Amino acid sequence: MAKISELPQRAVTGVIDFARGMFTTWKSMLEKPVTIQYPEQKRPVRPRFKGRHTLKRYENGLEKCIGCALCAAACPADAIFVEAAENTDERRFSPGERYASTYEINMLRCIFCGYCEDACPTEAIVLGDNYELSFLTRNSSIYTKETLLEAVYRGGKPTPQKVEPGMFNRSIPDMQNPSG
Amino acid sequence: MDLSLLIEWIIKSLIIAFALLTGFAYLTYYERKVLARMQVRIGPNRAGPAGLLQPVADALKLIFKEELIPARAYKFIFMLAPILTVVPAMVIMAVVPWGDKVTLFGRVIDLGLADINVGVLYIMAITSISVYGIVLAGWSSNNKYAMLGGMRSSAQMISYELALGLAFVGPVLLAGSMSLGDIIQKQKAMGWFVIYQPLGAIIFWIATLAEVNRAPFDMPEAEQELTAGYHVEYSGMKFALFFMAEYIKMLAVCAFAATLFFGGHRGPFIDQVPWLGPVYLFLKVVILLFGMIWVRATLPRIRYDRLMAFGWKILIPAALLNVVITAVVLVLVGGK
Repeated sequence: MAKISELPQRAVTGVIDFARGMFTTWKSMLEKPVTIQYPEQKRPVRPRFKGRHTLKRYENGLEKCIGCALCAAACPADAIFVEAAENTDERRFSPGERYASTYEINMLRCIFCGYCEDACPTEAIVLGDNYELSFLTRNSSIYTKETLLEAVYRGGKPTPQKVEPGMFNRSIPDMQNPSG
Repeated sequence: MDLSLLIEWIIKSLIIAFALLTGFAYLTYYERKVLARMQVRIGPNRAGPAGLLQPVADALKLIFKEELIPARAYKFIFMLAPILTVVPAMVIMAVVPWGDKVTLFGRVIDLGLADINVGVLYIMAITSISVYGIVLAGWSSNNKYAMLGGMRSSAQMISYELALGLAFVGPVLLAGSMSLGDIIQKQKAMGWFVIYQPLGAIIFWIATLAEVNRAPFDMPEAEQELTAGYHVEYSGMKFALFFMAEYIKMLAVCAFAATLFFGGHRGPFIDQVPWLGPVYLFLKVVILLFGMIWVRATLPRIRYDRLMAFGWKILIPAALLNVVITAVVLVLVGGK
């Protein structure tokens, strides 16, 4: 407890501090709220944000993924499962020798580290900006190739494509867009 | 006593109960909105237009919640405690007049239930009861946090009741009556008592904040130390009753503050249009409630020992000083 002689001064400073605090809250009441009304209003993510994966296609519609499973090897959470199958000229999915017949990511395991993106030799798997990844059952936590694969660009054809023999003869395609 | 008078009282009681319950529901909305704006947020805006149905949604949720009673609680007192808290809060408003006389269906009706001549004493007595509910709730829950919350609240409310009672003395001395109606009539002649009793009004305000356990004196329910304090074991409707008691008491003490220091239901043109009385009282209560919420948004909780020191070493001496000064001045200027 303070000395009696100090009391008036302490009371004055106390009242001043109190008034300053009240003024601060009053000022903040007049500010514009910072709230973003989420489902209606969405804040854009950062440029390097790592959200849900997408399997990319070339412009002609072929899948970039060649089923090498390097992403699965790089994945520290063991969330990716890839099964490859051979491409044929009758049923061609990717410009390489093989394609991913099964591509599954377990979103309950994925830690969004982006190592799969780094490991991919054809830049087929890319972590996008989608962060709305809720699901209701455990089964639906496994995203299949159908979910992950992006839509065909305008002018492209869906896979499997029927191509002329000899057009694609490399096991790993060039990084340029094959066959324009 | 004729039957029509009885019916009149019953109707007026129902109106008060209804006003308090709706007031409680929308006070929670008001508080959440104001707090949100002070924290640069928006506040509830999902249920209904501008979130106006939020209290309804909250009430529905609480009704359908499971009622838990701890296995080793003292069941009877555990059930009794919320009722014991909420009933005094409900009856406390009976003595506050909310208007002058009006004529309705050829009958002269006092706006106000019972302007008894010991109104101030009644308020003091009834506010003291609710501490029992809190202490019993804390004790019967058989939970250490609840117990501590109950203990703290008993100590706090008893200490601040003294200052509160002494703050009541100022207006009572000025009006020469304990009836709230007389106090309002006196303010009609003299002007608002807050002009004559600034210190008394401040002490009253601080003491009521402590009395209704509002921030910065919300010691009985200090979340960080006591999780929720005395109502930690309560759920569902029983919890809602404690909540209701706290908010109805907020309404009530704001109505007292308005009546004792800010002219009650009186305002411009009140003599021409007596129906303005409830409107003025409502406006004054809303403004005072804003003050309470504003204080809550600004000040952090005071430490327990500081709270007691403040109550006993500063507030009560100041209140006593106020009483002495008021009495001496009244004798010198030849008051009643």
